[in-house]
Amino acid sequence: MIRRLAAVLLILACLPAAAEEVVLGLSQNSISIDTTFSGSQILLFGAIKREEAIPLDQLGVVVAIAGPSQPLDVRRKERRFGIWVNVDTVEVDSAPSFYAVATSGPWSHVLSQVEDLRHKISIPRAIRSVGAPSSVEDAQAFTDAVIRIRTRSGAYQMREGAVELSEQTLFRTSIDLPSNLTEGDYATRIFLTRNGNVVSQYETVIDVRKVGMERWLFELSREQAVIYGLMSLAIAIFAGWGASAMFGLLRRG
Amino acid sequence: MQIYLPIAEVSVNAFLLLGLGGLVGVLSGMFGVGGGFLMTPLLFFIGIPPPVAVATGANQIVASSFSAVLAHFRRRAVDLRMGTVLLIGGLFGAGLGVMLFNYLKALGQVDLLVTLFYVVFLGIIGALMFFESLRAIRRARGGKVSTKRKKHTWIQKLPLKMRFRTSGLYISVIPPALVGVAVGVLAAIMGVGGGFIMVPAMIYLLGMPTKVVVGTSLFQIIFVAAFTTMLHAVSSHIVDVVLAVLLLVGGVIGAQFGSRIGNRMKAEQLRILLAVLVLAVCLKLGLDLLIEPRELYSISAPEAS
Repeated sequence: MIRRLAAVLLILACLPAAAEEVVLGLSQNSISIDTTFSGSQILLFGAIKREEAIPLDQLGVVVAIAGPSQPLDVRRKERRFGIWVNVDTVEVDSAPSFYAVATSGPWSHVLSQVEDLRHKISIPRAIRSVGAPSSVEDAQAFTDAVIRIRTRSGAYQMREGAVELSEQTLFRTSIDLPSNLTEGDYATRIFLTRNGNVVSQYETVIDVRKVGMERWLFELSREQAVIYGLMSLAIAIFAGWGASAMFGLLRRG
Repeated sequence: MQIYLPIAEVSVNAFLLLGLGGLVGVLSGMFGVGGGFLMTPLLFFIGIPPPVAVATGANQIVASSFSAVLAHFRRRAVDLRMGTVLLIGGLFGAGLGVMLFNYLKALGQVDLLVTLFYVVFLGIIGALMFFESLRAIRRARGGKVSTKRKKHTWIQKLPLKMRFRTSGLYISVIPPALVGVAVGVLAAIMGVGGGFIMVPAMIYLLGMPTKVVVGTSLFQIIFVAAFTTMLHAVSSHIVDVVLAVLLLVGGVIGAQFGSRIGNRMKAEQLRILLAVLVLAVCLKLGLDLLIEPRELYSISAPEAS
């Protein structure tokens, strides 16, 4: 950890000059989903490089990690004929499968509305929805529902004040990744703000991949669906036959 | 020990799945049913996505039915000819069921469809079994001779008659084929083998002797469930083989213990217990439809149209 920080500081010293710049380190830049995967934690740490005296404006650090975006169908139940049935549907064009935001202070202090709009950092901004049919008047309620459901399951996290900032130079935070992670590129963005305005930005990608047997089975099921199906059946038949034969032997023996 | 399921894309406790498989195995061994009707709702309960639970359930049924049918073959309690007729109907029904499943999935009503099927069929079968075994217990206490079942005359009048030697029947192939279609549709939609529908239908509708009913139903369920597994695997890639293996390992072991418990109990007691179990599952699912859900919204991946 200390060695990594030292390395970060070393890189920092070699960078070209700008007013203030973010330098970042990650505890791991790829995550492997194997059979025993049960969630993970990513540690982000970095430093703010500057050539001049520390400005007096309020400093903020915002970290955002976004999983691969997918289109979604959001459905709402209503009571029809006495039972609860899905009635209205709104298509959300793109919503990240995972989204975590961590800040160094209260949201309104670290980022202005305008900057949030420009960089699409807060959770509602990260979701894009245009395809609400005219029959649905309150399309916003559907986007809110996505945020609510995914926040409850830990897929969306908004953690104000979770970034530790020391001496206006070093910062660190850790983000929990849940066990039901989808694979893909997790875009990681760090924003440095002064008075709520972004002064520097750093982007990197955390690579989340299934490995080993998980990878093999997943790809087989998509690309060789017939072989995968036959394999599943063969395993089932073999297991059924094996159990029958084994217990038959036990009973006789 | 947590294990990550590659297709369901969730991490669950492996021992929980083994235990679940074992529990359903014990029940299926006790009652001579596949147990799919219990397994699928329980899988929903522990957070497996419903489509994956339904498709994987079909795969697991192949294993447990294959294990069980071998025992019935040894006792010559399988009517192959009747099984084949049921099977032809069953494959047709399974194709129909998967088409209906995919169509309703596109409409966003698949959860409702699956739940409604469960409530209706578990309710009917549970109630029928409950009252039938109550009557049987009362008869046994009163010591009266049981009355003979009425013959269904309209079934005798249908054309395309065929001789089923093992069952000792000479009937039209239309009713068994229709029973097969109905069970095939159920197998595809509910992720069950349909034994709990098939067995009463064979006894009461077709008039088959009880000793060949279970073996014959298991024989055709293997093929229908295998066909359903293939359809789900090819059309929507939702069969999770890791999940299936964990469930069936627990299941086949549990079934052996279950059949021992079952042997020590009286048939009427067993049936009334099964009826109570079926009705309890039905009631739970039914209440979920009637009571306002805590979360009105649900998220799903859109259909590739």
